[in-house]
Amino acid sequence: MDDATISHLLITFGVLAGLLLVAPGLIWLERRLLALWQDRYGPNRAGPFGLLVVLADTLKLFFKEDWIPPFADKKVFVLAPAIVVITVLLSFVVIPFAPGIIVADMNIGLLFFLAMSSMGAYSIILGGWSSNNKYALLGSMRGAAQLISYEVFMGLSLMGVVLMTGSFSLIDIVEAQRYQWFIVPQFLGFVIFLIAGIAETHRLPFDIPEAESELIAGFHSEYSGMKFGLFFVGEYIGIMLISSMVTVLFLGGWYGPSFLPPLAWFIIKMFGFIFFFILLRASLPRPRYDQLMEFGWKILLPLSLLNLVVTGGIILWMNTH
Amino acid sequence: MNITFIIASFVAVLATIMAITRYNLIHALLYLVISFLSIAIVFFVLGAPFVAALEIIVYAGAIVVLIIFVIMMLNLKEESVEQERIWFSRKVILGPSILSIVLLGELIYILLSHETTALTTQAVDAKSVGLSLYGPYIIGVELSGLLLMSGVVGAYHLGRQKKKVQHRFLENQTT
Amino acid sequence: MFSIVRSMWLVFLHMFKKRVTIQYPEQKAKLPARWRGRIVLTRDPDMGERCVGCYLCAAACPVDCISLQATQDESGRRYPAFFRINFSRCIFCGYCEEACPTYAIQLIPDFEMGEYNRQNLVYEKQDLLIDSQGKYPGYNYYKVAGMAIQGKEKGAAINEEKPVDIHSLVP
Repeated sequence: MDDATISHLLITFGVLAGLLLVAPGLIWLERRLLALWQDRYGPNRAGPFGLLVVLADTLKLFFKEDWIPPFADKKVFVLAPAIVVITVLLSFVVIPFAPGIIVADMNIGLLFFLAMSSMGAYSIILGGWSSNNKYALLGSMRGAAQLISYEVFMGLSLMGVVLMTGSFSLIDIVEAQRYQWFIVPQFLGFVIFLIAGIAETHRLPFDIPEAESELIAGFHSEYSGMKFGLFFVGEYIGIMLISSMVTVLFLGGWYGPSFLPPLAWFIIKMFGFIFFFILLRASLPRPRYDQLMEFGWKILLPLSLLNLVVTGGIILWMNTH
Repeated sequence: MNITFIIASFVAVLATIMAITRYNLIHALLYLVISFLSIAIVFFVLGAPFVAALEIIVYAGAIVVLIIFVIMMLNLKEESVEQERIWFSRKVILGPSILSIVLLGELIYILLSHETTALTTQAVDAKSVGLSLYGPYIIGVELSGLLLMSGVVGAYHLGRQKKKVQHRFLENQTT
Repeated sequence: MFSIVRSMWLVFLHMFKKRVTIQYPEQKAKLPARWRGRIVLTRDPDMGERCVGCYLCAAACPVDCISLQATQDESGRRYPAFFRINFSRCIFCGYCEEACPTYAIQLIPDFEMGEYNRQNLVYEKQDLLIDSQGKYPGYNYYKVAGMAIQGKEKGAAINEEKPVDIHSLVP
């Protein structure tokens, strides 16, 4: 094997290992931050700063009984939690962490991300359907409607960035932000993408498919053990995915003042958004289901279309003058 | 011949056959999704990555999800599976399967005989797709737009709700 | 819209506020003096048992967790032969304390009573009795009420004061 192949393999496994190591760490981070914002301490007993609570959580999930309900559709029930992790991990393939640190630079990177996030809806739908449980079915129906609707705005809000760059490749998009981050000209798109991204990872406050207070645990009511763990890990990797997408698309990816390496800038920006996600969870109540749909179709859709039209018009005007 | 293309096309054919022969509707739709994914890979290999991505986003990601959504609400149980089993008898599928086997044979013959030109690996990017859509094929775009518009209007008409009146005293009030 | 951003900002500011929870096993909770915790039997200033075995606490107990047997010593003074409280049933309502005419049974601010064996939660008299007067120091029931012994009514001895006439307290 030549050097290029070896370094590519190293990058691939590095990204994979990094994601799978950081994702459980986010559980600890989320619990500590939530505690901080709710004037509590959070887990601080096991190990330094309570970091070993991650290990304890994982061990607990591993040793729980891996129960498949007798009334469930077995094959689909087993398949569903795998889909969410696979699709989210596949989405990371196209994300450029730093110059040269990318698994595969596709010329349709952005579309690949959208495709994978739309495939992620299957895990919710199939998980809820195969559980053969009223609450799970309700959760998965809500989840299907929410994910399909917000995918639309997500795609539309990104088209402004694509118009300004003229490419679907994420590396091109980052390099187009060398002098000005897209958050300035595309602020509306940024806000819409952020909201749609939260809805797409079904994180609080848009955790309507789960909604503990209404639907027990929604689509994963019947899951236990490591199958539930996969849903859990998938959600956290999803947070990381949306955070890194926001970083790449609107915050200039790896660009930053040169006293830190590019990868460090990327990670700092990404964790900033992860903090923001957790702050959202700590502060906002869950909207009602119809409010969510109304907000999406009556406010976000016109706004994202307007953003697209105005951006396109300005680019046309600038090209002709 | 590109090995990726052959594998993907075989997966597509197999998944489609499975999708037709499953009695359980959700399982059938899952095979349909796999078929869409493999067709997307075929598009990708043939040099149309934009279309491949749209295939996954639109067909596998949205349309099949909507079909599953409807099926979940219908609450189909074992009786429907039985019904399907009765309808799906050997006699019924004999004709269509002979026809499609003939087509499949022709397809394999063409693939093996190398009579076609080699695969055009010239990538069709999004820009050229857009240019051809809004250039020579503008009439098709506009017609499908009209069709979708009629669908939207129909859905709005079906989904429109009468104004709910909470109390009979408020019935004639106009606010 | 503005209120959403405002509430997020206010929650963010909680980062710099003092925490309301404490590190419990190292840092003890501050309990008020009237906290209703572990039940104890207190003693007189001269270290005699206050309990006279009147069964009022057992009668008042809503979950029937108190059981006792009254008996008398040779001077005719009543005391409990055994006194048993089943803390696995006790709800710490404090009715026994209210019912007690001699301030013998009291609830003190202590809640650390965890046990691995459930049987250990049944407290006998030697577990309950403490060498303290509890919340009413200096109070001696028989000093107030007097004590009738064989051949002598209350207040009939030479140096003994007459017992308090309870009807005189009525306004």
